[in-house]
Amino acid sequence: MVQRISREEVAHVARLAQLALSEDELDAFTSQLAAVLDHAADLEALNVDDVEPSTHPFPLKNVLRGDEPGEGFEVEEVLEVAPKVEERQFRVPPILGES
Amino acid sequence: MEATEIAEKVSSGEVSARSVVEHHIETINKIESDVNAFNLVTAEQALIDADEIDSKIASGETLGPLAGVPISIKDNLCTRGVETTCSSKILEGWKPPYNATVIEKLKEAGAVVMGKTNLDEFAMGSSTENSAFGPTRNPHNLELVPGGSSGGSAAAVAAGFSPLALGSDTGGSIRQPAALCGVVGVKPTYGRVSRYGLVAFASSLDQVGPFANTVSDAALTLEVISGHDPRDSTSIPEKPLNISEVLNQGVDGMRIGVIEELSGKGLEGISPDVSSRVEEAIKVFSNAGAIVESASVPASIYGLSAYYVIAPAEASSNLARYDGIRFGPRTEAATTAETMTATRTKGFGDEVKRRIMLGTYALSAGYYDAYYGKSQRVRTLIMNDFAKAYEKFDILISPTAPTTAFPLGDKTADPMQMYLQDVCTIPSNLAGHPAMSVPFGVGEDGMPVGIQILAPAMAEREMFQAAKVLESESGKGIE
Repeated sequence: MVQRISREEVAHVARLAQLALSEDELDAFTSQLAAVLDHAADLEALNVDDVEPSTHPFPLKNVLRGDEPGEGFEVEEVLEVAPKVEERQFRVPPILGES
Repeated sequence: MEATEIAEKVSSGEVSARSVVEHHIETINKIESDVNAFNLVTAEQALIDADEIDSKIASGETLGPLAGVPISIKDNLCTRGVETTCSSKILEGWKPPYNATVIEKLKEAGAVVMGKTNLDEFAMGSSTENSAFGPTRNPHNLELVPGGSSGGSAAAVAAGFSPLALGSDTGGSIRQPAALCGVVGVKPTYGRVSRYGLVAFASSLDQVGPFANTVSDAALTLEVISGHDPRDSTSIPEKPLNISEVLNQGVDGMRIGVIEELSGKGLEGISPDVSSRVEEAIKVFSNAGAIVESASVPASIYGLSAYYVIAPAEASSNLARYDGIRFGPRTEAATTAETMTATRTKGFGDEVKRRIMLGTYALSAGYYDAYYGKSQRVRTLIMNDFAKAYEKFDILISPTAPTTAFPLGDKTADPMQMYLQDVCTIPSNLAGHPAMSVPFGVGEDGMPVGIQILAPAMAEREMFQAAKVLESESGKGIE
C-alpha cells in the first residue's frame, strides 16, 4: 500500500518548518505521520460539501481597545530574556550568509 | 484540608497561612522525588507570600476567597520572573516579564503559588512522558502515568502537594489526567477564562481550568479565574461565574443524556470496568431525580481525526515563534536561518516536531482542502450535532478516558495509540463547550475512573450541580 505521505514530502515539510532531520528520523516520522493521516482518512467518507467550515467555537468579531496609551514592557525587561543583545537590540548572525 | 476550609480558617486567623504552606512543603519534600510533579518548586517565595497574608490578616485586612490556599501552576502559564519552560528545552531558563491574567487573579484572591508543574512538552501528549525534564508518575501507583498533558498538576493535587492546581485543556489535557489521578478537573467554556499569558498551543481550542480534590473547590477556583479580560480578544464579555449559589441544587428533573457514540456501547477501546462505572453513574443520577436517556452525537466519532489536523495546524503556526532570536536559548550557527533551524532542531522534542510537521503538511498547498478544510467542516458538524442533542438534554455524560492509568512506556512508541486517550474529551474542545471530569470509583486495577460531564456553552452551573451529585455517591475507593 502506498503511504499517505512520502519520505520526500516529510523532508519538504521539515524544511518548511525549519527542522533538520537525520535519515533515521525521516524514516520514523514518515511512518508515524502516515499512521495519523490514515486515521484521518475516516473523514473522506463524509460528505460535508454543503457544511460551512468553522475556524472557531464562536463567531469571532474584531475587538478593538480604546485609542489610549497603555503600559508596555520596558526595553530592558525584554532584552533581559533575549539570547544575544548589542546596543539595546537583538543581535543575530548574518542574515544573507556573509560573515 | 480542602481549599474552602483552608481559606476560611486562614481568614479567621484560626490557622496561619505559613503553617498551611509549611505543611504542603513537607509533603512535597517527602514524595516529590518519586512523583516528579514539579519542574520548579518555589517554596521560598511561597513562604514569603504566606507571611504577607498572615500580616495582612493580623492588621485586620479582608482577604480574598483563596486566602492562604496553596496552588500549583502548569508550566505553560507565564509567571513573572519565574522560569516558564512548557517542559521544553526551547524555553529552558526563560523568565517571562509578565504574569498570566489567571496568576494575577489568583494572587488577588490570596492563593499561594507552590511551583510550576510538569507537562507534555507544549501540552502535546496524554501521559506527561513527552517532557524534556522526565516523566511525572501517578501518585496512586508510581509505575503508571498520571495522564496528560497537565499530568504534573493532576499529580500535585492527588499527592497532596496543593489542594488546587491550574492546567490547560486543548483536547482533554485537564480532564484526562484528572480522571487517571482521581481528582476533579474542569475545562470551562472557551473564552470563559482569559488565555493571556497561557503559552499558545492551538488557540481556537486552548482553555485554562482548575484541578481540585472536591467539586466545590474546583467551583471556587473557577469563580476566581473566570471573567472578561480585555487583554484576550477571545475572552467572553461576561462577569465572573457564580457557581456556589447553585452548587447544591441537585439534578431533580434535569435531563441527562448518555452519549452512545462515546460510551461503552458505541466506542471500541472503552474498557469494560470504565463502562460499568458509567452505568453506575446513570443510576446515581436517576435516583437523584434526573431523567437519564441515551443521547446521540453522531459526528463526535470524527472528533479525533478532525482534532489531529486542526490542533497541529494551529500549533505549527503558533510554534513558529520559537527561533532563538528574541527569547529563549539559541543554538548559534553561521547564518540567522541556520541558527533558527539549529535552535528548533535541538530545542523541540519528537512529539512537538511530529505535530509541527503534521500541521505544516495539512496547511500546505495541495493538501489544505483535503485535510484542514475538511476538518473545519467536520468541526461544524460536531457543533450541529451537539446543538441537536442539547435540544433534548440539559447535560450529557460519557467516560472521561477510555481506560484507567496505563504503564509508563506503554504507548510512547505508537503516537496514534496515545492520541486515542483523548477520544471522549476532544469533541468539547472542538465545540468550545465546558466539560469536567469527576472521580467515580475505580477500575479492576484499583485505579481511579473519571466520569465526564458535558454542558452547552456557558452552562457551567448545571454541569457543576450534576458533578456535585455524582461526587456525593462516588464511594471513595482510593487510598
